[in-house]
This record gives sequence, C-alpha cells and structure tokens, in this order.
Amino acid sequence: MNAVIVSNIIKRYGTKKAPVSALQGISFQVDKGEIFGIIGPDGAGKTSLFRILTTLLLADGGTATVDGFDIVKDYKTIRERVGYMPGRFSLYQDLTVKENLDFFATIFNTSIEENYDLVKDIYSQIEPFKNRRAGKLSGGMKQKLALSCALIHRPSVLFLDEPTTGVDAVSRKEFWEMLKRLKEQGITILVSTPYMDEAGLCDRVALLQSGKILSINTPQGVVNEFGKTLFAVKSNDMLHLLNDLKQNEDIEDAYPFGEYHHVIMKHGGENELKDYLRQTGRQYEMKEVRPDIEDCFIALMKN
Amino acid sequence: MRTLRFLLQKEFRQIFREPSILRVIFVMPIIQLLVLPWAADYEVKDIKLSVVDHDHSDYSRQLVSKITASAYFQLQDYTGSYQTALHEVEKDKADLILEIPASFEKQLIKEDKATLFMAVNAINGVKANLGGAYLRNIVQDYNSQVRTEWIQFPRFSPETNIEITSSNWFNPLMNYKYFMVPGILVILVTMVGSFLAALNIVKEKEIGTIEQINVTPVKKYQFILGKLIPFWVLGLIVLSIGMLIARVAYGIVPAGSLFAIYVFAAIYLLAVLGLGLLVSTFTGTQQQAMLISFFMMMVFILLGGLYTSIDSMPQWAQLITKINPVSYFIDVMRMVVLKGSSLGDIRNHLLIMFGFAVFFNGWAVISYHKRN
Repeated sequence: MNAVIVSNIIKRYGTKKAPVSALQGISFQVDKGEIFGIIGPDGAGKTSLFRILTTLLLADGGTATVDGFDIVKDYKTIRERVGYMPGRFSLYQDLTVKENLDFFATIFNTSIEENYDLVKDIYSQIEPFKNRRAGKLSGGMKQKLALSCALIHRPSVLFLDEPTTGVDAVSRKEFWEMLKRLKEQGITILVSTPYMDEAGLCDRVALLQSGKILSINTPQGVVNEFGKTLFAVKSNDMLHLLNDLKQNEDIEDAYPFGEYHHVIMKHGGENELKDYLRQTGRQYEMKEVRPDIEDCFIALMKN
Repeated sequence: MRTLRFLLQKEFRQIFREPSILRVIFVMPIIQLLVLPWAADYEVKDIKLSVVDHDHSDYSRQLVSKITASAYFQLQDYTGSYQTALHEVEKDKADLILEIPASFEKQLIKEDKATLFMAVNAINGVKANLGGAYLRNIVQDYNSQVRTEWIQFPRFSPETNIEITSSNWFNPLMNYKYFMVPGILVILVTMVGSFLAALNIVKEKEIGTIEQINVTPVKKYQFILGKLIPFWVLGLIVLSIGMLIARVAYGIVPAGSLFAIYVFAAIYLLAVLGLGLLVSTFTGTQQQAMLISFFMMMVFILLGGLYTSIDSMPQWAQLITKINPVSYFIDVMRMVVLKGSSLGDIRNHLLIMFGFAVFFNGWAVISYHKRN
C-alpha cells in the first residue's frame, strides 16, 4: 500500500478574475517507508502541497490519501497520524524545550516517555538545554526541537517543509542522517527543499516547478535520463567565456557550475567544442563530466 | 478534558512568563483607577470672571463680593471698560464678563428694575454653560435678598415665591467619583477581557504556532475554551482588584450585593471575550487586531455612557449604545453600586448580555476554521 497517493490536486489563489495557480493537477505516489523529496525553486507550490496533505488547506480539485485516509473526509484521522514541520519555526518561543515537547506530546494523548526511543537520537542532543526557552535556541537546535515535536506522537507519515533552509552545512548533513535513521523505523518522510544537492539523499524525488511536476524518479534514474554528454570548461576569464559559449549556435546550453562552466552540445561533440574554443583564442581547460542531479534539473527546467 | 487542562496550563504559563503582559494586566488598571477618576472631573470650578463696573455703587460692590464669595468664581480683574475686559477674554485670561451699567443702583431703587450684561467665552461649551448658569443663580439670589431687605413685614407677600429644596438620592454629596470609578473599572475589565484575548490568538497566527495546533487532533471547542477561560479568570481578577481599590481609595462600598456584580461580570466577560475572539478570526496580524480594538474602544467609551449621559444623546446614538455591551455593564455597575439594585432589577441587562455572549461566541466559533 502507498503511504501517500496524490491525484490531480489543483490549488488556486487570488481572486476569481485573476487566479494564480499554485498547483496545476499534481499526481504522485509515495511508498511506505520511503524518503520522498520534492525539489523545486521558491514559489513552485511546495508549501501549498504540504498544507493540503496535512489537512490545513483545502484543494480546489483532485483527491489525495495519506496513510490510506482521504484528506477531506478523514481529516481528523489524518491529524492523528501525520507529523508536520512547517518551514518557519513555529513552536512556542516562550516555553522551554521540555515544555514544548511535553505540550505536543499531551495534546496527542501520549507522553515523552512513551515514545522516547523514537526521538532519543534527536532529543538527546538538545536535552542539556531542556530548561532553555525555545526562542533562545540556535537555528540548528530549533530545528531539532521542531523535529522532535513533530515526531513525539509516532506519526506514520512525516511532512518536512524546507527543513534545512537557513541551516548551516554541518547541521544539514546531520539532519539528513537523522532522517535516514527515522526511515529505518518505518516512517514515511516527505521532504521539500530548494537545494538540489539534497535531492541525491532521497529515495525518490519529484521536481516541481510552477505547480507542475516535471519528473519523478530515483536520483540515479534522473541522472540516467539525462542522455547527453556534458563538458566542463574553465578559463581565466570566466565571464567572457560564458558569453562566447552562449553565442555559439551548436551549443544547446551553457551555465556556470562551481569553478567550471557546464556545456551541453546540440550537435557535434568534444572536437567541435574544442574547435570553437580554439577560434576564440582563449586559454582553456576542458573535460567531459558525468552529469549530476543538478544538471538534470537545470535541463528539465529549461525545457 | 485532559487536553483542555494542558492547553490551559500552557496558556497560564505563557501569560505569567511575560512580565510586560503581567504589568499591563495588573499594574496598569491599578494605576489608572488611582489616577483617572481625579482627572475625569465634571465640576467646573475657578471660572475666571472679569467685572466691568460703570456704577461703582454700594449695590454693585455688594453684588460683586457676593459672586466672588462663591467657590466657583475667581475675580480676574475689575475694570471700567468693556474693551479691556474683552481683551482679557481674548488672551484667555477671563471666561466671563459681567457688565454693570452706570446707573445700576439708581434704577434699582427708583424703578425697581435694573439690567446687567453678561458675556461668555463659549469655546469650552460645558464651562460656558455652567458658568453662565451659576452666575445667573447668584444674581437671582442677590435679587431676592435685595427684595427681602426692602419689603418689610407684609404678612403675605404680594409676589408669589417658589422656593426649592432638593435632596440628592443615591449619591447625597454628588461625589462624581462614585459615578466615575465604577465606569472606568468597566472599561479596564473590558480591555483585559476582550483585547488581550484577541491579541493572544492573533499572536499565535503571526508566529505560526496555530498551524502546529491545527494539525493536531485538538478540537475546535478545546482550543477556543483554552483561550477563553484564562482571560475570563483574568478579567474577574482585575474586577476584584478594581473593587478593592474603589473601596480602599475612594470609600465606595457597593450598596447592592457583590454577588449581583459578579454574576453579571461573568456573563459580560463571556460576551466581550466572544467579541475578542471574533476580532481575532478576522485579523491576521497583531497590528490589525490592535487598530480594530482601538477604534472599537473609542466607540465603547464615548457611546457607553461613561462620560456623557446616554439619555441626552441623539436618537441614533442611543440606538448604537443599545448594541454596545459596555453601556450595559456601566449601567449595571452604577445601579448596583450606587442604588443597591438586586439581581431581579438587572434581570433585563442579564438577559441582553447573555444574548450578546451567545451571538458573539457563536459567530466566532462558526468563522474560526482549523483549515482554509
């Protein structure tokens, strides 16, 4: 059975005269115990989708089930079974760490002790500060507390809306390790993120842009779908190099990528590109590279 | 029940953890009750009088000394020219001009009749009205005094004379503080009750914690009760503190039963809390809630009968006071505190307030959604 089934969900905002489509008929399925990533730029509709699935927002069309329950009919049951961590830290800043966790445990009719094993990994890291007010925690610690609060009632599906936005690189890495451990406990995790490098850490990813899903696949599958050769070019004058690359008719796309520019050829291969670069009379360094997931998404978004 | 208990526990914890809110709830009403009634004074005293005496006679001097002997008037200057006196008014040094014509005494004795001229600075309407009336009273008094001096011993006075003796009920000394303190207390209780509750809920919206609550199985009624009960309790505490101050600082001991006041206050707080709840469902930020509350408060105060008598308002304004819950509580407070009205006497007020409570809370519950 699928943990989440979304079919043809539509959401519009704004007035009737000037509607803004946030979600234009989204469909996907998430397996039980999977980390499913929803990758998309700001404004793609990630938060709207999560709010619909956590029964906070009503969709304008389409149906969805979470853990086998309909999001409209059985919303009360769903609220008992999902954990939701919004993008913005939204716990009680004037309550202490322990009080927050206690509060969320009790309103789900459970207690910290009962589910301590589930949150232990995460909570033990902030436990030394349990009498500190949540508002006085550092960003990473707030994140851990929010995750603990979302987990304390042992949800079967966990929704994490941009959990790593604004968190430093080390904490991000730690956070994803925590998610992996939660997955081992059998919890299905839906996570949204604007960072493409995090896509590779999911079991499957959906690329969302302007309310449409461009692709759903495993990270490896996304890379395999790329199907074109990719070159990395470097020179001592990167700006002009990029301009030159963009002017060539034979080049499909060129964009900066780290210390290199990535180049995709329309027709022709390595030799044609070398010839062209020689014509511009620049010093350059060139190699063929394996596309990573970010290259794939850039290609998908441009089509 | 268990959930509600934890919601309440959390709410009280948050309230008592915020020292600034605590100060607002407990210290501000105390200070305001101690200060405001002294300033909210109706009585007009120390009216500055400028006398233009063209007569300089015995009688004119007697009249002037009689006027200045009263506590209401202060002789600003005593001149012989109307122009000078008017100048004083222009400089805001005088409020009233009394002009005594040149042949005042002569005419009074010869013709039994004399005229005086009075000019009033009417920028401050209340002061002008009362000042004019006081002065007229004193002149009349002087008039009858003169008459009794002249008309000696006719057994039956040829002129009919009506003398009025008055007796002030419920507030024998006409102490305006007895009237103001209960009213101000009502306003303070209203602020704590409705607006703090509204701001509290909107704050949860602003910070986003309401979303976290909404995805939990907490029921709508539990959440709303969790918000209403703490502020209901706080409102009653503020009322109690206020009653205590009224007794200690102003010696106001309710003539009626405290029980009647508390029964009404309990229902009244439900009504205004419902109003606060309603404000919170229609606003998204604390700023919006604050502004709406502010404007509502103006209406509550000015159309609530706190400062001005409702009976003397125009018809349309009287209609508005009918839908102003504050006006009922002010009325009840004055009835019970000053007149000693019992629960039976405020029956109608109770029923109407109950209606308000059902209406506001019902509307708020219907329009509060856990999802949109």
